[in-house]
Amino acid sequence: MALGVATRPSRLPRGLRVALLLAPALTVVVVLFGGGFVQAVAQSIGYQPFLPARGPSLDAYRTVWADPAVRASVGITLRVATVSTLAAAVLGVAAALFVRSLCRTRRAFAALLQVTLPLPHAVAALAMILLLSQSGALSRAVSTLGWVDAPVDFPVLTQDAFGWGIIASYVWKEAPFVAVVVLAALSSGVAELEDAARALGASAWQRLRHVLVPVLAPALGAASVLVFAFTLGSYEVPFLLGRPFPATLPVVAYQQFRDPDLAARPLAMAIAVLTTLLVGACAVAYLALSDRLRR
Amino acid sequence: MRRLGAGVLVAFLLVPLLPLLLWAVAGDFRYPAVMPAFSDRGLRLLGEPAVRSAVGTSLLIALTVAVLATLIGAAAGRAIGLYAFPGRRGVQLLLLAPVIVPTLAVTLGIQVYFIRYGLADSVAGVVLVQLIPTVPYVSLVMAASFAGLDVDIEDAGRVLGAGPVRRLVHVTLPAVAPGLAVAALFAFLISWSEYILTLLIGGGTVRTLPLLLFALIGSADLTAAAALSLVIAAPPVLLVGLTARFLTGASPAVVGFGRL
Repeated sequence: MALGVATRPSRLPRGLRVALLLAPALTVVVVLFGGGFVQAVAQSIGYQPFLPARGPSLDAYRTVWADPAVRASVGITLRVATVSTLAAAVLGVAAALFVRSLCRTRRAFAALLQVTLPLPHAVAALAMILLLSQSGALSRAVSTLGWVDAPVDFPVLTQDAFGWGIIASYVWKEAPFVAVVVLAALSSGVAELEDAARALGASAWQRLRHVLVPVLAPALGAASVLVFAFTLGSYEVPFLLGRPFPATLPVVAYQQFRDPDLAARPLAMAIAVLTTLLVGACAVAYLALSDRLRR
Repeated sequence: MRRLGAGVLVAFLLVPLLPLLLWAVAGDFRYPAVMPAFSDRGLRLLGEPAVRSAVGTSLLIALTVAVLATLIGAAAGRAIGLYAFPGRRGVQLLLLAPVIVPTLAVTLGIQVYFIRYGLADSVAGVVLVQLIPTVPYVSLVMAASFAGLDVDIEDAGRVLGAGPVRRLVHVTLPAVAPGLAVAALFAFLISWSEYILTLLIGGGTVRTLPLLLFALIGSADLTAAAALSLVIAAPPVLLVGLTARFLTGASPAVVGFGRL
């Protein structure tokens, strides 16, 4: 990205101008976001604002570490985020490649991809409840075929132990997101590159390996990291479509936070910090990996 | 083969919406019926005072957040997009952090301060907390928008004697208008859809549409919940439809879809 940096005569010195422009946004990010994280860490080791000081302790982390319930939550959180991200990536790329192969109807399908994108996640979750629950639309459709007689015979897909309902809701929303991002990467002159490769005698496999994949990979990687981070840290869908126990980490953190017993507060904060570190570690790992692959 | 692919894609995208539409106009809809007995009960519920006040609260908060986040984010975007300054990369990373890290996790820590400074259970507090997910996003979108701005045009305006206000109105704004529109739209949508931050800081006394929807889903009145869903889903779908031509997937704006 080239910067149009001009030497511009102005009344304000440049450094001051930049500082003034950045000040409001940095205030929001540093005070609210950064302050929130620092506070979560402080409160997880026993600090309580506006209350008499106590010594710092790592009890909350010891409790979290030893608690099988929290381990189950880490398991379901990572499982839901990983399966959702992989499914959204595969389906998104497939949809993008399919839409790209169309001629007359390409525009219509590209627009259709944007239908589910702006829907709030709570609405998507309700749609999945009405579609997939034991008395939902899918169960009723199957019962007209005579395959099930009553809701109990239909497999449990919402509020289930694995998290299928949560995954379905995420994939329905995020696969089109991946598709739109990948489709944009594909429409930036890739067809010409492929034609050139074909003219120079490259096989279909070579075209895929040396033209398509290098173009796709950065866009797909960036979209996947966003999807993974979102599905790992989001509250609404797991709350509506998951079980209260074991719930995903953000749901557990909020449950503990709402506990009237203030002793639960450090636990809530420890789980919040753990969630943040999980997301951060995954984002850093992705950056390191993509740097290495690019070399 | 191609027809099959098209069918699968359309089904995947649109079939989950059908039960939502059916339930919204359903009277008696007991298992194993595939079609409901139609009734206007759900749609009539939308005229209730509780729904109307939630629409008002949601609009007020989302519009305020959109305006504030756009002003704050556009200023930061101008600095990042137009100026080379030491620490520019760091500022970009700092603004990227809230896009990646779950907002709920960091907001739990400052809720106590919102209570302390009288911002809890108030619209002002909810607006303030919703700046956390929106400001970084707008900043990044506007940084890309300003990076594409030709500063020579601004300078030409200056040389030709246009004051700062006229330069802004006639030169700068038209150049970054598409980015500005999209950024404001997404700030509005992120606020419009936000549930957990509103609950955490608004304490249930600031009742926006998503809070009402969660209450209805919890009360198992599926007809009311489905009808309200349509009210919540309609503005985003319409707004995105209207701005679709600015929303090429190449722009960083689509990141917003990953946050909704």
